[in-house]
Amino acid sequence: MTEPATHSPDAAVGTPTVDAAVRVVDLVKDFGSDVHAIGGLSFDVPRGELTSIIGPSGCGKTTTLKVIAGLAEPTSGRVEVEGRPVTGPGPDRAMVFQDFALLPWATVLRNAAFGLELKGVPRRERESVAREYVAKVGLAGHEDVYPHQLSGGMRQRVGLARALAVDADILLMDEPFASVDEQIRRKFQEDLLNLLSDEDKTVIFVTHSIEEAVYVSDQIVLLTRGPSTVSTVVRPGLDHSAGSDSVRRSTAYLDWVERIWQELESYLEN
Amino acid sequence: MSVTQTALRPTRVLARPWVLRVLSILVVLCLWEWAGRVPVSIAFPTFTDTLAAFVDMLADGTFASAYAETLGPLLVGVGLTAVGGVLAGVVMGLSPRAQWFGLPVFIVLQAAPSAAIIPLITFVYGIGFAAKVFAVVLLSAPVIVLNSYRGVANAPRSLIEMGDSFQANTRQRVWKIVIPAASGLIFAGLRLGLAQGFTGAILAELIITPTGVGDLITYYRSLADYPRMFAAILSIIIFASVSITLLQRLELRLFRPEMRPS
Repeated sequence: MTEPATHSPDAAVGTPTVDAAVRVVDLVKDFGSDVHAIGGLSFDVPRGELTSIIGPSGCGKTTTLKVIAGLAEPTSGRVEVEGRPVTGPGPDRAMVFQDFALLPWATVLRNAAFGLELKGVPRRERESVAREYVAKVGLAGHEDVYPHQLSGGMRQRVGLARALAVDADILLMDEPFASVDEQIRRKFQEDLLNLLSDEDKTVIFVTHSIEEAVYVSDQIVLLTRGPSTVSTVVRPGLDHSAGSDSVRRSTAYLDWVERIWQELESYLEN
Repeated sequence: MSVTQTALRPTRVLARPWVLRVLSILVVLCLWEWAGRVPVSIAFPTFTDTLAAFVDMLADGTFASAYAETLGPLLVGVGLTAVGGVLAGVVMGLSPRAQWFGLPVFIVLQAAPSAAIIPLITFVYGIGFAAKVFAVVLLSAPVIVLNSYRGVANAPRSLIEMGDSFQANTRQRVWKIVIPAASGLIFAGLRLGLAQGFTGAILAELIITPTGVGDLITYYRSLADYPRMFAAILSIIIFASVSITLLQRLELRLFRPEMRPS
């Protein structure tokens, strides 16, 4: 059986990859003295690529992302963004939330512009930027409606527009499609890849869906069950030029899904 | 044909909200009229008699002069609590220390039988304007403070986290996220506070010194002019409902544009 090229876990730990935008080094996170969520996590996130974090539920994926975002303090270890340790949220990172986190009292346009509003960008300027990204995520014409008038998928598009509008180099996505139904989800995954292809972002993407991770990722970090450590790091890097249907039917895609499933399955059994 | 069909189908007509609202009021008024005609008590006038008295009192300026007197302490009292109470509630919601310090007072005050405390006010503030203002504050403050506190303390964590991730400063977090998120509960508190304040003003007029609308009730009761007495009570209910509705409109206008009927 020809194995797809893989970085061994050892290679990913400790040794800096050529050009890492984000480095997670020996990250440990405990909640109180009893709950050990993350037990020494190290991996690199190559610049300009999409890295997924995947693992059994409760393995600290979201917690890892929050530490990278600067929204949670690590118990020990550190996260470096562009070589500088993270001490809090910063303009170099923008987050897309699992529950969308849109202001229900604000229109789509104001929500999309909210990151810029908080930075003090004048109204006219921020709205013109937001308008551009609202159109890019496919919501042109919906600028003046309120979140409750949109479907879950459309709401998350607003969340994505808000994150893109602040023009951070690093996009942190916390299970962005978890509350979106399957058909919409596939369309959204494609749209995301198209959108990112001309944005030059480094993306860290938390998901519990193996198919999703394989489909969108350049690199996948598989975590063990909590207290989590890196189980393995793989690079599916599928060629998307042939179109989404042929990718999803390709042997490479199916092999990767199977491989990751077997890896994760071993943690489910014990 | 289809028009007459839909018009005749009773379920369709009943499905319209305003039809049911008007119907509910009519049912209450009919029961009132019936109870007045039985009569359940000689002191219980019919609705039609009360309405006639109401129109009379509106025309001869009785209401105008009574409300002019009642509104003073009410507006001052509710105004003070609205500003001070919302501020206190918001501060308690934002700061645990302020919460530990201030919250118990208002919880106790809300549970206390305020009507029983009102007579004590006269010992401190006498029987003048200040005593009535104090009665209004005493009744309206707990609900305004506690609702504001709850609204702020329960502002969605995910929105606050979102603000943090986009580096909101404290002022932005409070004004752009927490206060709008809490506005529903804050305004519910203000509406209830206004109603409570009104109770306070009337109680003060009944218990402390007979003036204003409270005096109308006492006065016409002593004359056994029950239609006028009930008209005075009816006017209080109408006044309170209208002012609460106006407050609700103000809230939608200021904070919750998405809930405004389009």
